[in-house]
Amino acid sequence: MIAELGSFSLMVALAVALVQGILPIVGAARGNAAWMRLARPAARALFVLVVVAAACLVISFLRDDFSVVYVATNSTRALPLRYKVAAFWGGHEGSMLLWLLILSFWMFAVSLFSRHLPQEMVARILGVMGLIAVGFLLFILLTSSPFERLIPAPEEGRDLNPLLQDPGMVAHPPMLYMGYVGFSVAFAFAIAALLGGNLDATWARWSRPWTTVAWSFLTLGICLGSAWAYYTLGWGGWWFWDPVENASFMPWLAGTALMHSLAVTEKRGGFKVWTVLLAIFAFSLSLLGTFLVRSGVLTSVHAFANDPRRGVFILLFLSIVIGGSLALYAWRAPKVGLGERFELISRETMLLTNNVLFLSAAGAVLLGTLYPLFLDALGLSKISVGPPYFDVVFVPLMTPGLFLMGIGPLARWKQANLPEIGIRLKWAFGVSLITALLLPLALGRWSGLAAFGLWLALWIFAATMVNLWSRLRPLPVSGLVARLRALPLGYLGMLTAHVGVAVFITGVTLVKTYESEKDVQMDIGDTVTMGPYTFKFNGVTNGARENYLYARGAFEVSRNGHVLTTMSPEKHQFVVSKGEPSTVAAINRGFTRDLYVALGEQDGSSPTAWVVRVYYKPFVDWIWGGCLVMAIGGVLALSDRRYRFARSTARDVAEPTLSATAAA
Amino acid sequence: MRRRLLAWSLVVLTAPFAAGAREAPPVGQDPVIEQRMMALAEELRCLVCQNQTLADSHADLAVDLRQEIRELMQKGQSDEQVKRYLVARYGDFVLYRPPLKSTTWLLWFGPAVLLVGGLATLYLVLLRRRRLLAAEPLNEDQEKRALALLSEDEGQPS
Amino acid sequence: MRYLRYLIPLAAFVVLTGFLMKGLWMDPHTVPSPLIDKPAPEFRLTQVADPGKSIGRDDMLGKVWLLNVWASWCVSCREEHPVLVEFAKTGMVPIYGLDYKDTRDEALKWLERLGNPYQASLFDPDGRVGIDYGVYGVPETYVIDRTGTIRYKQIGPITPEILHDKIVPLLRKLNA
Repeated sequence: MIAELGSFSLMVALAVALVQGILPIVGAARGNAAWMRLARPAARALFVLVVVAAACLVISFLRDDFSVVYVATNSTRALPLRYKVAAFWGGHEGSMLLWLLILSFWMFAVSLFSRHLPQEMVARILGVMGLIAVGFLLFILLTSSPFERLIPAPEEGRDLNPLLQDPGMVAHPPMLYMGYVGFSVAFAFAIAALLGGNLDATWARWSRPWTTVAWSFLTLGICLGSAWAYYTLGWGGWWFWDPVENASFMPWLAGTALMHSLAVTEKRGGFKVWTVLLAIFAFSLSLLGTFLVRSGVLTSVHAFANDPRRGVFILLFLSIVIGGSLALYAWRAPKVGLGERFELISRETMLLTNNVLFLSAAGAVLLGTLYPLFLDALGLSKISVGPPYFDVVFVPLMTPGLFLMGIGPLARWKQANLPEIGIRLKWAFGVSLITALLLPLALGRWSGLAAFGLWLALWIFAATMVNLWSRLRPLPVSGLVARLRALPLGYLGMLTAHVGVAVFITGVTLVKTYESEKDVQMDIGDTVTMGPYTFKFNGVTNGARENYLYARGAFEVSRNGHVLTTMSPEKHQFVVSKGEPSTVAAINRGFTRDLYVALGEQDGSSPTAWVVRVYYKPFVDWIWGGCLVMAIGGVLALSDRRYRFARSTARDVAEPTLSATAAA
Repeated sequence: MRRRLLAWSLVVLTAPFAAGAREAPPVGQDPVIEQRMMALAEELRCLVCQNQTLADSHADLAVDLRQEIRELMQKGQSDEQVKRYLVARYGDFVLYRPPLKSTTWLLWFGPAVLLVGGLATLYLVLLRRRRLLAAEPLNEDQEKRALALLSEDEGQPS
Repeated sequence: MRYLRYLIPLAAFVVLTGFLMKGLWMDPHTVPSPLIDKPAPEFRLTQVADPGKSIGRDDMLGKVWLLNVWASWCVSCREEHPVLVEFAKTGMVPIYGLDYKDTRDEALKWLERLGNPYQASLFDPDGRVGIDYGVYGVPETYVIDRTGTIRYKQIGPITPEILHDKIVPLLRKLNA
């Protein structure tokens, strides 16, 4: 019953989405106010209907309704509650429903926070989102319904994939999708602007907060995925350049470029057409990613079950959305004006250079991810493109951008004075360079690569502080906190995000240079030493929890003779789904290092001996710390006063005030 | 005095047991070769679990191939020779670092071309834009607004 | 004509879609063999049924033959086996088995239960010959010609369709 209700709700949702997708857009073209007014209520109705469908699925999981195929393949009676909820997005069908749910959430949000927008614009934005929803609803209803029944119902389900029974599973996909799918709003804004022909600086201003919030979610989502892989896969890696990771990283790169481009367009009304194209790219990459994961076109750890039929459907959908928007772009873009002047050396140019760099990086990742497919399709050969390629190619590409990050914020709008910037930054440059050259020695071993990475990070940090200091100093307030409060949040957000990047680079550089690993055979009482740390193995105990058996190792960790802590890595053997036991590493986290211990398999040399992997990972938590700081920067920027519209009045819509734009 | 005697006797009594505990031996007999093998295996693809490196995979074939590499290295083969050995049997697919061949030029040089091309395009577009905008004089209204904005901008420190 | 440049993104996307479309019908998992049209690697292995007798690669020169990699623990091999048994009856080409990472007992029991299409099965308990032939899964089958050159590799079970459409025509050509 519940499942049928869910299905029914989706069918009604399809009807609503069709109305929402077609009528407001046609209405906007024809000036039909009644049709345009349909957009908001339709979007809200759609949201409610999809929530109902989602609730039906969750209820089916909670009730252990194994007559629903999707529940039977992704759950068991003994599955803990939180994973029964997370199992919603554990398989292909459910994750598509999650996509749709989050899309309709964004639609709902747009319907609430768009009072200041002209009616045609809202109609077009929600209309475009409605059309995207139509595509997903059709896909779900025709090929991937999570509500399919299985009669007779099995007694017990096949359990959620053991690797997914983890807090990471609860947080990572929803965050990621909030980001991924959130770019649909920026996309819809872009299409609406192309359709309406009213591409101007105010359009950029309205788009910015939506883009920034989606970007922040995506940053968090990718960060969570990486942190989760780190402790769950058992060998301390945190990024594999796996096709599906790349599929989420490319929209992030394009989204970062988009955010920076929107700044130029808002400030100068320039490069509007380019910004629109970027918005199309960012969302297209999200859709492409969705395709790549489910079509069977690439091999990946993450890939859902393959089915060419589904792949064809998504590809068709992709072609219509992306092809259609690019065609619309080709048609409308040439007519758009140039905007205002700015010099070759100016903040605008630096931001646009950022665009070129980030897009080249996204292009490189796309090239590497799809190249095996290209060669295979041409019958040329079968190759693999993995971390050795991406590491070599990606870092040099990003380096110029990272260097510019120090200079850009100091450059003036319209016309920047490079020699003046040089003078202001000379200390930052010198200090960061010298510190970077010396730090590796303090950490034990000099390394050119470590020095280079540290220099970039310190440079960004120092230049950002110079920037902040020069803004704080002339303020007519006293006290650091009061002064910080007086600065616009958009500005503080930018600084924070840039500092986040510096923290991230520090973490990556130091962990890659100074991490060490030991693979040893340990019997009870054996010890292994890594730097100042000694690990003593005290055996393994066995036990059982809700739906798995476990083997739990006991390691006593001491530093310079003093006992620090105990670490207990585990191996979980799931009763129902069997397969390989999953590894849960024991991690002792610290601000400056992680200690990481994972159980391998039993050695065989004695009944109590095990193969154990011990890692020393310096500064690894700075990687995710940096991402977190970046996301916080995004949230700060969002909260800027000028995005708060208490009431919509004609005045607000007409023109942004001079003071708001000057302060940015 | 008595406590010290107790402490010492404990040490004496437990010594034989303590002697059994050892510094854990590394997996694999020759640590140098083991390290070389694992470093190389990090760049190779497991053919069975195709999303893992040969170093990380638990698959039977991966275990066999790691052993094969160990033996080849023990016989004195270089990393290059080991790679060629594997490619002769499994093709380029087994390498995570694609070899530089005519079919992979686009792969290896593409990103640089993209970057340089992108920057060059930006430069040309900016020049062209400046030329076009210079050709359009501001009308009186725009001129006034421009002057007002410029004097505002000037006051800002950045 | 400056409008043409606005079509570039669309054009690039169309090309991309073409590739993705083609990709939907390809399998990214199959690893094609680099040994096609190259000499079959050397081997000398004892027979599963008779540890005293051995067969080497050069013993096979002069005839067209099939080398089928199988194992008693392999599930897909069971699907393929009846097809091979039927085909062996036609006597078109001799079929030799490569018993991969198996035990003699289990292998012999398996053949007894499911039929034996092989002239002989070679015993490769540690999989070394398998590695030399680029075996990465079971079952796999090689078509080797009179000069000892590998002409075709089948990855996965041989179905009647594959036998009919690919293997038999090739064998006819090689036998001519």
